[in-house]
Amino acid sequence: MGETILELQSIAKRFGQTDVLNGVSISIGKGEFITLLGPSGCGKTTTLRIIAGLETPDEGRVLLNGKDVTDTEPNQRDVNTVFQNYALFPHMTVAANIGYSLRLKRRSREEIRAAVKEALALVQLSGYERRMPSELSGGQRQRVAIARAVVNRPSVLLLDEPLGALDLQLRRQMQSELKALQKQLGITFIYITHDQEEALNMSDRIAVMRGGRFEQLGSPAEVYDSPRTSYVARFVGTANVLTGTVRSVENGVLSAECAGGCAGALCRGYSFLPGSSVTLAVRSEHVEFTRDKNACGLPAVIREKTFAGGMLRIALTLADGTELVASRHGIDLAVRTGEAVRVTWQPENAVPVDVDAPTGAAEAGA
Amino acid sequence: MKNRTRLPNLYLGLIIVILYLPIVLVVLYSFNESKISSVWSGFSLRWYETLFRDRAMFEALGNSLVLALSASLGAAAVGTLGAYGFTKVQLRTKSAVEYLSMLPIMIPEIILGMVFMAFFSLLGLPFGMTTLILAHTTFCIPYVYMLVKARLVGMDPSLAEAARDLGAGEARVFFDITLPLLAPAILSGMLLSFAMSLDDVIISIFVTGVNVNTLPIKVYTQIKTGVTPEINALCTLMLGATLLLVVLSNVLGKVGKPKAGGDPIKPAPKRDKKEEHS
Amino acid sequence: MRARRKKRGGVWLTLLPLYLFTLVFVAGPLVYMLVLSFQTRAEVWGVIHEFTTDNYQNILQPVYLNTFLESFRLAIVSTLLICAIGYPFGYFMAKLSPVWKGRVMMLLMIPFWTSSLIRLYGWIIIFRANGTLDKLLMGLGLTDSPLKLLYTYPAVVVGMVYALLQFMILAVYSSAEKLDWSLVEAARDLGATPLKAFLTVTLPLTLPGLLSGVILTFIPSMGLFFIADILGGNKVVLVGSLIQDQLMKAHNWPFAAALSVVLMVLTSLMISLYKRVTHTTELEGLL
Repeated sequence: MGETILELQSIAKRFGQTDVLNGVSISIGKGEFITLLGPSGCGKTTTLRIIAGLETPDEGRVLLNGKDVTDTEPNQRDVNTVFQNYALFPHMTVAANIGYSLRLKRRSREEIRAAVKEALALVQLSGYERRMPSELSGGQRQRVAIARAVVNRPSVLLLDEPLGALDLQLRRQMQSELKALQKQLGITFIYITHDQEEALNMSDRIAVMRGGRFEQLGSPAEVYDSPRTSYVARFVGTANVLTGTVRSVENGVLSAECAGGCAGALCRGYSFLPGSSVTLAVRSEHVEFTRDKNACGLPAVIREKTFAGGMLRIALTLADGTELVASRHGIDLAVRTGEAVRVTWQPENAVPVDVDAPTGAAEAGA
Repeated sequence: MKNRTRLPNLYLGLIIVILYLPIVLVVLYSFNESKISSVWSGFSLRWYETLFRDRAMFEALGNSLVLALSASLGAAAVGTLGAYGFTKVQLRTKSAVEYLSMLPIMIPEIILGMVFMAFFSLLGLPFGMTTLILAHTTFCIPYVYMLVKARLVGMDPSLAEAARDLGAGEARVFFDITLPLLAPAILSGMLLSFAMSLDDVIISIFVTGVNVNTLPIKVYTQIKTGVTPEINALCTLMLGATLLLVVLSNVLGKVGKPKAGGDPIKPAPKRDKKEEHS
Repeated sequence: MRARRKKRGGVWLTLLPLYLFTLVFVAGPLVYMLVLSFQTRAEVWGVIHEFTTDNYQNILQPVYLNTFLESFRLAIVSTLLICAIGYPFGYFMAKLSPVWKGRVMMLLMIPFWTSSLIRLYGWIIIFRANGTLDKLLMGLGLTDSPLKLLYTYPAVVVGMVYALLQFMILAVYSSAEKLDWSLVEAARDLGATPLKAFLTVTLPLTLPGLLSGVILTFIPSMGLFFIADILGGNKVVLVGSLIQDQLMKAHNWPFAAALSVVLMVLTSLMISLYKRVTHTTELEGLL
């Protein structure tokens, strides 16, 4: 990954009676695209603001390029922010907005003009120097905000849900543009979103946040295929979460009894004792139907079939009343509503989650 | 809701007519040839001529303009800085001082005039332009303060944050971002102060010196002592100036109005209020 | 808990002018007025610095109490009239179409900005003997000889109403404009006559506006002595004129100060009364 450029050490922050951040620590490498993912209220914006210097943490330190900047003013940090609502200065032209930071640094006029021109070209808005923010569309304002933040070539760029106000198509387009921009400039991006699809598409690493803590930190593949908690499993992609009792463990594969049937999973480095309880997460696309009565599986009844977004979504009820969701491509399946079936999955597609004492699990910050 | 009868509109019209009646009469009679107002003897600009030759009148006008300008500038400076400081600094005495500074527009003018006069006398200040400006500035400050504070409170905080993020210190944020965005409010406040100062009679009477006359004082004393039709002409001209100011402030009001993108300085609606702490 | 970042010292300076001005030019004079009211006037000039309540006792004399009463009476009469005239205006105005609302507002604003003296002067023209009003009435055959309306009590009332009417209109208008007309329609739909709907829905909900208007007109009407001066001559004496006389002619500053203190106390009482009443009204409006 390269050298560490930003480090947060046990950051804690309280607003009034609420603990918004509860011991957040992370090391971010140079040139990394890392996303803080979580629902509203989880503390991601506060974390960003602490990195920017707009808030001071109650405990913990912020280290930028090795220097302690916890108490440094935002205008003295080599960090720039792209705000959620763009925060373009309405009384200044696009060029003045973008060149503002350079003007503050007393650069020459020609230097500023050239830098502004280059920044506009980067975001594909060449020629827009003289426009006023009120004349621009949402997407254009977005780009100006980005240009304004990158013209400085800061060590770290913070982006606070920048694409939230855009429509779906534009959002997808901007996602790839942002990713390309980041690769081109080599700046470390710290990105905030609550849209898991966005996070999975753009990031080198994802930090899933909940209640002021990092619940899991890892690459998109890790977070998606190997969630460590049921929360992460549910937040990223759709997952079925089942609880059962371990029946046997053999060759790294565990077999558990749950919902009137049998469910299998890979141990993934954890050790399980027969008789102990275990929680498993299975993605809906991995749920299969089988007619083999002897295979490890769960009896279920089909409750409903819905078609949305190119996928068929089948809701099932298990023997103990738990709901399960299976998904498929295609418009229909040869099973009828009300029919009794048997569902199963490959052990490697089920993940044990919420395990209390992990052994050999991946560490945060690796 | 449909108006079933014409009655409401008639009423509105009637009151408005009555409202304008004195004004219209004054304007009308300013063109009256005759010296006695109740007799119309023909159209004439005679009184306007007399007016323009009245040096004392012009002196009073000059004084009033200088006074109004100084008062509105002073009020703008003190009021704007005060409103800004109020939102930034935490002091326990803040609200008390704010209440005090608003008092001048809540107290009957007669009391204010009396109080200023006594106090200036105590301080040994020379009665004249100095005391006039001090008194006028004091009662103009609330207008600017209220307008500027209202605008400040409604301003998007992320603009100042963005400026700091980009490298601006407190002073730069104030001059580059806050002040330009406050300009319409400051200007409205100044216009209002200007009008209030120009119109003031009571306070001015109390705090002016023997040799210094403001326009309203001159008009007032002339009305009381004996009426020259000159006054009609003067009033008409003042009316014209007022009309100009009203139109001007209306136009200015539209300059700051939002275009397609919505009000530029109001924060964009948050998608989820809870995001504020996430 | 980590110590907060050091306070940015410069920001204090922004509050300084305001503090200075307010303390010196608002608090100072007011305090001085209070002090003055307890002193006595010296023979030729200045004051004797002795504590005395003579001034306040003086006020209790019938002639002065009368003045206060007169001012009060005038203020009440004016305010009632202003309510009667201004409320319907504000109400009707709020029901206009947006285009007309703007126009009427503009029409209202122009006299508002016109110097009060000019407008008063117009009334002199109307009221003076053989003035416009007389000519109109005589022309219509309603009277034979000129009504000497100038320098009478009614003239002062008219002047007062005229000067303060717009405040009431604006106050009522801003309250009526926010009214949800569908509530009135709902009342009608449920069987109320127009009058009943007005009394039970519109009036209570626009009451805050009316009350603001009352305060905005009552308090100034206690102090606008130059209206009484111009339109009433020496016949109508208000507290304001009294204070002015005491200051300018009699040079009895302590007495004038005492009068002012009393006036201020009365005014403040009215304001707190208003706050108490509007609190209750607002609660009632919610029910």
